[in-house]
Amino acid sequence: MKTLVWVEHDGSAVKDATLAAVTAASKLGEVHLLVAGAGVDGVAKAAAQIAGVGKVHVADNAAFGHNLPENIAPLVAELMASHDAFVAPATTTGKNIAPRVAALLDVMQISEVLSVEGPKTFTRPIYAGNAIATVESSDPKLVLTVRGTAFEKAAATGGSGAVEAVSAGGDAGLSSFVGAEIAKQDRPELTSAKIIVSGGRALGSSEKYQEVIVPLADKLGAALGASRAAVDAGYVPNDYQVGQTGKIVAPEVYFAIGISGAIQHLAGMKDSKTIVAINKDEDAPIFQVADFGLVADLFNAVPELTGKI
Amino acid sequence: MKILVPVKRVLDYNVKPRVKADGTGVDLANVKMSMNPFDEIGVEEAIRLKEKGVATEIVAVSVGPAKAQETLRTALAMGADRAILVQTDDEVEPLALAKIFKAIADAEQPGLVILGKQAIDGDNNQTGQMLAALTGWAQGTFASAVNVEGDHVSVTREVDGGLETVKLKLPAIVTTDLRLNEPRYASLPNIMKAKSKPLDTKSPADYGVDTTPRVKTVKVSEPPVRSAGVKVADVDELVAKLKAMGVHS
Ligand SMILES: Cc1cc2nc3c(=O)[nH]c(=O)nc-3n(C[C@H](O)[C@H](O)[C@H](O)COP(=O)(O)OP(=O)(O)OC[C@H]3O[C@@H](n4cnc5c(N)ncnc54)[C@H](O)[C@@H]3O)c2cc1C
Ligand SMILES: Cc1cc2nc3c(=O)[nH]c(=O)nc-3n(C[C@H](O)[C@H](O)[C@H](O)COP(=O)(O)OP(=O)(O)OC[C@H]3O[C@@H](n4cnc5c(N)ncnc54)[C@H](O)[C@@H]3O)c2cc1C
Repeated sequence: MKTLVWVEHDGSAVKDATLAAVTAASKLGEVHLLVAGAGVDGVAKAAAQIAGVGKVHVADNAAFGHNLPENIAPLVAELMASHDAFVAPATTTGKNIAPRVAALLDVMQISEVLSVEGPKTFTRPIYAGNAIATVESSDPKLVLTVRGTAFEKAAATGGSGAVEAVSAGGDAGLSSFVGAEIAKQDRPELTSAKIIVSGGRALGSSEKYQEVIVPLADKLGAALGASRAAVDAGYVPNDYQVGQTGKIVAPEVYFAIGISGAIQHLAGMKDSKTIVAINKDEDAPIFQVADFGLVADLFNAVPELTGKI
Repeated sequence: MKILVPVKRVLDYNVKPRVKADGTGVDLANVKMSMNPFDEIGVEEAIRLKEKGVATEIVAVSVGPAKAQETLRTALAMGADRAILVQTDDEVEPLALAKIFKAIADAEQPGLVILGKQAIDGDNNQTGQMLAALTGWAQGTFASAVNVEGDHVSVTREVDGGLETVKLKLPAIVTTDLRLNEPRYASLPNIMKAKSKPLDTKSPADYGVDTTPRVKTVKVSEPPVRSAGVKVADVDELVAKLKAMGVHS
């Protein structure tokens, strides 16, 4: 089987989520990559070094600059004439593009794949991860999105893929990119961090989040996360949200501070290796999944922890 | 401009899903069902566009069993004008759903179709994007702001790194994210009024759509359970546990 893997990048570097998708694709067969964008020579060279990749298709065109699905999906659909499976990481970009590709190919997509059980059989979470479905596709071609935390990352170097330019596609004339507010962070990304410190509604304000949560994260070199309640209340930006409808994370250590543990939040973090919960309510559901639970007022306990760790 | 709003009847988000002992699915007998929360946000957005004078009519559509009428009545009570129930007892996959919605869009000629970004049961996050492919329209997924400006709509999207804004030619597809708006509750008088609003019942065959699944569910199982660990007495004990794991500054 020949797979085509979507390379997620920021214009200069290949994102980690791609490496997990490569591992998933390698369980199906030969791995080819697609690098699409404007001015992506550097990305293509980096992608070609990923261990185990065959061809790297490079579609360099201004129309592909901002991942507009109206322009990208027809390009992928065309390349799928010579591939059997399209595999994208389940990032917001992958989720935006892959279903559009699937419909153009008249096949069903399998979302958020957790494991490859056979050439057409996969597991995936449903009901916020409260159930795991084993599903089997009967379509002639596969379109998958892959959960990054469920697969090991392929090695970023050691490969020697053959780079090949693709001339297909262009601007569909349906959409244009206006602008973005992407926070530049000098801390690890939420989805690849080893340690995450998350704060919930209990913080009460953005000032308190800064004052209590951030110093602990700084001290541990951790990424920052939050519950939906904390995001909705404006304590932190939307991209901090962990959960069913936010980011799925599985760090070595996850700190849930002033977070009750609603099923929608658990859906995003319960595969963390170690969970630490700090909550003043000893019956908070978060304690049912926490390896280490501390019943305490976070406004006292967290500064003390930051001081002592 | 007409707005089409697909709404799905799902297990209420407050109910903890239980996997059936025979591994065929999740137990939905005698549990509370509600409108998918993302679809409530879609209905609300459509109503706000009507209140602003941008939209003229809101048509709610649901694909599902006879009981999905309740979900449509909720949409009508919130402020939708009429409803279409595409009645079927089968599970309908996103691709087939998108084909049904495409046929309805061909007949109704909406300026916008507003779907939820995902249904909280299937968690597929596909239907809107597939509908966009089939109609050949632009898509603004995971929307946190929607502004119609002449023959375009600008959509601010929640993406992994933050927010992004795209400008789409109308007609277009929008899928809602959590922070687009806070849906209103239907008032009692509006719930009464909704009972007499038009609700058409159709079948997938009326739209010429074959709903035979492409993906077979082999089995549904419980996820690995995580057992509770220990409660630590104080910060010092927590620090000791963390240091033992190699977690320190
Ligand atoms: C469709 C849908 C999707 C959703 N998606 C997500 C999602 O992706 N992610 C997500 O997180 N949520 C999501 N939610 C929301 C979820 O249901 C909860 O409402 C949310 O997670 C609650 O956030 P919280 O734990 O911060 O707040 P709360 O539930 O209010 O919990 C606050 C906790 O802080 C504790 N506390 C208060 N004061 C202190 C103190 N001084 N010291 C210590 N502890 C204190 C309290 O005991 C309580 O346990 C979703 C909901 C819906 C309907
Ligand atoms: C245990 C289990 C087993 C299943 N087995 C099968 C199977 O074997 N075959 C099969 O075909 N399906 C099966 N399903 C159903 C399937 O998982 C989804 O429910 C279905 O594919 C729709 O996906 P979604 O609702 O997650 O779509 P999403 O793409 O997440 O939905 C996005 C949006 O589309 C709209 N929408 C979705 N559904 C409807 C609807 N019915 N009416 C109106 N608007 C809607 C809403 O606006 C929604 O917010 C099964 C489901 C479960 C839980």
